[in-house]
Amino acid sequence: MAQKLDITSIRNQFPILHQEVNGKPLIYFDNAATTQKPQAVIDALVKYYSHDNANIHRAAHTLAARSTDMFEDTRKTIQAFINAKEVEECIFTKGVTESINLVAQTWGRKFLVAGDEVIITTMEHHSNIVPWQMICEEKGAILKVIPINEAGELLMEEYEKLLSSKTKIVACVWVSNALGTINPVKEIITKAHAVGAKVLLDGAQACSHLEVDVQDLDCDFLTISGHKLYGPTGVGVLYGKRELLEAMPPYQGGGEMIKEVSFEKTTYNEIPYKFEAGTPNIGDVIAFKYALDFINEIGKENIATHENELLKHCVDGLLAINQSVKTLHATSPQQQPINLIGTAKQKVSVQSFVINGMHHFDAGMMLDAKGIAVRTGHHCTQPLMSYLGVDGTIRASFSVYNTLEEVDVFLEAVKKLIKR
Amino acid sequence: MKNITDIQNEIIENFELFDGDMESILFYLMDLGKKLPAMPEAHKTEDFIVKGCQSKVWVYPSFMDGKVIFEADSNTEITKGLVSLLVQVWSNQTPDEILNSELFFIEKIGMSRMIGSQRSNGFNNMIKQIKLYALAYNSKNN
Repeated sequence: MAQKLDITSIRNQFPILHQEVNGKPLIYFDNAATTQKPQAVIDALVKYYSHDNANIHRAAHTLAARSTDMFEDTRKTIQAFINAKEVEECIFTKGVTESINLVAQTWGRKFLVAGDEVIITTMEHHSNIVPWQMICEEKGAILKVIPINEAGELLMEEYEKLLSSKTKIVACVWVSNALGTINPVKEIITKAHAVGAKVLLDGAQACSHLEVDVQDLDCDFLTISGHKLYGPTGVGVLYGKRELLEAMPPYQGGGEMIKEVSFEKTTYNEIPYKFEAGTPNIGDVIAFKYALDFINEIGKENIATHENELLKHCVDGLLAINQSVKTLHATSPQQQPINLIGTAKQKVSVQSFVINGMHHFDAGMMLDAKGIAVRTGHHCTQPLMSYLGVDGTIRASFSVYNTLEEVDVFLEAVKKLIKR
Repeated sequence: MKNITDIQNEIIENFELFDGDMESILFYLMDLGKKLPAMPEAHKTEDFIVKGCQSKVWVYPSFMDGKVIFEADSNTEITKGLVSLLVQVWSNQTPDEILNSELFFIEKIGMSRMIGSQRSNGFNNMIKQIKLYALAYNSKNN
């Protein structure tokens, strides 16, 4: 049972929220792009560089031991966070983009051959399109795309038609960044496995809103970005099943990833280190643990309940604006001032929309003038925008520290844009 | 015809009335955009698009009685307002006057607050494009 959260005390943990932008209190609704950071994460960064900074894993001195322990503590925390079977299955990367590129360039390079098929969806972020296009082009493999319906939901019967013995991997976004759609990933995984294909889940948007259990999902790979989970930028995770990670060649060569180096031959380290060449982003990885602790303390279910309430309030408000204009002018649905983009039944707290007759860029600037930060544009999903027939949307995305009152201010501002 | 310095001073005075209130400034910019004379669709071709802008911006030059006339348009209202300021300052001036002018109004009206560094590249491209047109007419003239 979800508990009612004390949002004021949660907000007090985020110093950035307490400021004015353009003379108005900041309303931060760009959480799908990046979430703000709680004081504990900021303090952890300061503490690391003030007290503990040392390169990890090799030196014999105290600071190195301390920083190594803290770095590996984050790995244990992320293992628990996603319920990975083994801690070695969690590799630190820069973020989802690097995690996907790693899989495409190592697993893809080793296992894809000409004529193989890679399946993605219409709603992928560019970071889950381009790496696959690159490796498909190199290997002569074919990229197939699962279509969606108008609400922004995958057409699962079309997905089944695409699956065959040629399918080698399904790389699928768990939650759409532009639409908020939660994809039926468990079903996607079961069906892919039935034809012998692997599944990579882009978890960039999902992991801050939904419970994650990679063993229950049975996904082969899961990619995570720390900065969308209240953590620092430049930290991400690639989860992969042990047998897959072991079969994959290293991604980059350098320090840390080796067992032994001679000029004749190099042998590689065990996972996860095989994939962590060079000095990693130690400070940010260490601080990332505090972001995961923050989420664990509040509880995903409680976070989701609050965020869903914000989403519902926002959607109801936008529809009410349409209704009020309809009553005034008896307009047809095509002429209604707001078109909601992304109306899937299963969604996280993201709402895209367009205001008819107003460019999203202008809307974004006007909202910013009121201190409201939203995302405008194509959200790095140009193929999706082109399918939807828009060149961009206004996207409001909510997080645990947002309030119903903020949504009200936002709705008033949108109403004013329409009535101008 | 007013000179480029006078026009810029007038723009600065007009913006001062808003006392930095961003919302009013943006509404004003959108109004300025609306007042731009309509640009014929035939002039909105790839050749006249300003490269590197987040929104679409067209600037179309012509030359009459020794002066350069600029038409401009954009698919976003605020950008249209911004480019209208450049038209206001530089249209109907000689190529020499355009090439020798300094745009001091941009800093004075706090343009960086309005567009941020993300978009200032696009705005700088508009400026470069207009100066290039002036340079082309200048070389043709001489």
